[in-house]
Amino acid sequence: MAQTPEVSEVAPAVRMHGIHKAFDAVRVLTDVDFEVSRGEVHALAGGNGAGKSTLMKILQGVYSKDAGEISVDGRVVDIRSTHDARAAGIGMVFQEFSLVPTLTVAQNIFLGVEPVSGGLIRDREAEARAREVFAQMAVDVDPRAVVGRLGTAYWQLTEIAKALAQDARVLIMDEPTASLARHEADALFELVGRLKERGISVIYISHRMDEVFRIADRITILRDGRRLMTERLVDTTPAEVIEGIVGGAVEGEMSYRRRAGHPGTETGAPPVLELREVTAGPRVQGVSFSVAAGEIVGIAGLMGSGRTELARALFGIDPIRSGEVLVRGRAVRLGDPRRAIAAGIAMIPEDRRAQGLVLDHSVRDNLLLPLLGRFRAGPLVDDRAARAEARKLVQRFRVKVADDSKAVRRLSGGNQQKVVIAKWLGTDPSVLVMDEPTAGVDIGTKTEILETIRDLADAGMGVVVISSEYPELLAVSDRVVVLREGSVHRVLDRDAIPDENSLQLSVQGA
Amino acid sequence: MATTSSPPTAAGQAAPTRGGGRLQQLDWRRYIIYIGFVVVFAAFAITLGDDGFLSTNNLLNIVRQSAIIAIIAVGMTYVIACAQIDLSVGSTAGLASVVTAMAISSYGLVAGIAAGLLVGLVVGCINGALVSMLNIPSFLVTLGMLGIAVGVAQWITDSAPQPILDPTYNLVFGGGNFGPVPGLLVWMAIVVAVGAVGLSKTRFGRQVLATGGNRMAADFTGVNTRRVTFSVLVISSVLAALAGMLYAGRLESGRFQWGSGDELSAIAAVILGGTSLFGGSGAVIGTFVGALLIGLINNGLVLAGLDTSQQQVVRGVMIILAVALARRK
Repeated sequence: MAQTPEVSEVAPAVRMHGIHKAFDAVRVLTDVDFEVSRGEVHALAGGNGAGKSTLMKILQGVYSKDAGEISVDGRVVDIRSTHDARAAGIGMVFQEFSLVPTLTVAQNIFLGVEPVSGGLIRDREAEARAREVFAQMAVDVDPRAVVGRLGTAYWQLTEIAKALAQDARVLIMDEPTASLARHEADALFELVGRLKERGISVIYISHRMDEVFRIADRITILRDGRRLMTERLVDTTPAEVIEGIVGGAVEGEMSYRRRAGHPGTETGAPPVLELREVTAGPRVQGVSFSVAAGEIVGIAGLMGSGRTELARALFGIDPIRSGEVLVRGRAVRLGDPRRAIAAGIAMIPEDRRAQGLVLDHSVRDNLLLPLLGRFRAGPLVDDRAARAEARKLVQRFRVKVADDSKAVRRLSGGNQQKVVIAKWLGTDPSVLVMDEPTAGVDIGTKTEILETIRDLADAGMGVVVISSEYPELLAVSDRVVVLREGSVHRVLDRDAIPDENSLQLSVQGA
Repeated sequence: MATTSSPPTAAGQAAPTRGGGRLQQLDWRRYIIYIGFVVVFAAFAITLGDDGFLSTNNLLNIVRQSAIIAIIAVGMTYVIACAQIDLSVGSTAGLASVVTAMAISSYGLVAGIAAGLLVGLVVGCINGALVSMLNIPSFLVTLGMLGIAVGVAQWITDSAPQPILDPTYNLVFGGGNFGPVPGLLVWMAIVVAVGAVGLSKTRFGRQVLATGGNRMAADFTGVNTRRVTFSVLVISSVLAALAGMLYAGRLESGRFQWGSGDELSAIAAVILGGTSLFGGSGAVIGTFVGALLIGLINNGLVLAGLDTSQQQVVRGVMIILAVALARRK
């Protein structure tokens, strides 16, 4: 995959030259050059706040640049709006998808450019043309399906089709695999390969180095708003790239380490969490496993294996139809999140922005939301005690925010994740369930989050980590429960998993 | 390449089947309005058959009583599908009725019609501009406008009814029949037909749904969501003004009270018709049946001999019941 493209005389597909951008006197981009050849997959990397989102938003016409020049296919273009960007042939596949959930796939693809005759939209023709685009992409999506009822992988395919249907020559993909299972990601990489063959360039933003090395031709790394390097991936190594991104040695550990407090099963105490033949929601079928105090149990499985649904059941969102859940040896009835919290189960949801945080509220208010009952002064909230608690949580979880009255929306993804974790730990749960705890965060933040998970287990909490990232699962889990088609396929002791591949094999069912 | 893309294919086959299963469940909920209409109609036909419920005259009456609400509700469908609300339609109708009546008596028929429509245009532009340019929530803007329009109508008429003596106007705008067909029914049919095609089959309609379904996505796709928002509020006000003019023609006078409270009936018709209050979906035909259902209920309750206060209670219960049944999961 990582063949280098011929360096040709043909003008680059995109050339951004000398880009400057500042927000209220804060310099975000300084003299950045960025160039993508035709038919090239060009990775764009950098830590949170390095400026990659800003650079891409300038290319997409969301922000305007303060200085610099953009040319597409050798022609200087003036991009002032997303409309200009599209007209120039730049398509986007957003990290947070930008489709209308109430419309069908075909209606979304041709939104604004619907085929019409006599003023009336020809939905049939739109569907036929959407089918053609999907056929070119060699994927199978029903153009008549309502988008809101499809899974994320299909949203992404629809976004790509939408860009291609509008003759995009350059696709910007921002963390495209963040919410995909392994086989879906593989299918996406193959699709990127096919697009390349057709001369379409892809700007690929990802925190996952294995992906970058697998599909990209070159990489550009930004740090502190400047371009650090542009390198062909065959000429560099993952270690070099990661060092470039984090600006030094990687802190923390991505490798498993047996923690001092790792519990043996021989202690007499009942497990903090035990599931007995739990059947719940749309997918979970007769699942049994237990989590001891101080233990971290990883849940692995493909998308659709019941991973997320299991978390939803534990947190009382999906009803449990049969079976039992015990917390510290006591059977509990779940059924709504409040009962789950009362029973001592806390959950960090997968889609933290939608499910875990009130984005427009301050860091402090978010942290205190589940705790308000505790800071009472008569009928009112005891403001001083509450503020002190919020400050304590911010410090304990190293949330990088100068002032906890700042809106959560303005924090980076990693810091938002820390706020979600801190928020639930205030309730002192016995069990913490985390669904994709590090989705979309950079490597530095990821190691911090993993370290936090270990700390929590060391403090005696039982932790369930659900993740599609095997290195991360293997870094923290003491045991791994492999789910397949809603049931427990296997429970593996960490010592019994020699490497990522063997876990991968077990999950894939080979 | 072809063989390796099998995982998404497999999943692609799984997804529609799953969707299909859910669809069957959803179907009757989506058509609850039609089922409800038939059930209520049958119930009244059986219990009130002897009171003349099924007479042609009474059935035409139901259509007449529903027509004006249906016209307002078509505009409201666009507004709600766009994830906005328009509370000012009732008082806009009242204002349009008095302005039309006064203009006819001073300047004649054509000026009167133009003045009435102009009221809708002006109110709609003010609502639209405040919501789309200044980003003030439509709930607040139109709540304010509700008071302003009815206040102006009362002020300029000194609260007195304004008779309309022009027989042509009264004939065309709701009072008379076109051949055997009541004029109101013709107006309603035109508005519903144009409204239904406009929302489901034109680019503008699609942009309304997109703006209501995910405004940011629509923006990024190049839809001018401000213009769309502005436009739906203008459409709503102009149709409200037309409704007011029909009240005026049917009752041969303009009064500030015409249309009072119609915003709630119109919203109820839209929601009964299956349009989501959160925007992004909308069905004008459903709205039309919703309006008919409300008219049907009103008519039946009158025939059953309930007084106004009892009618209101029963109507409220039936609307809540219908919406609760139509609710997804």
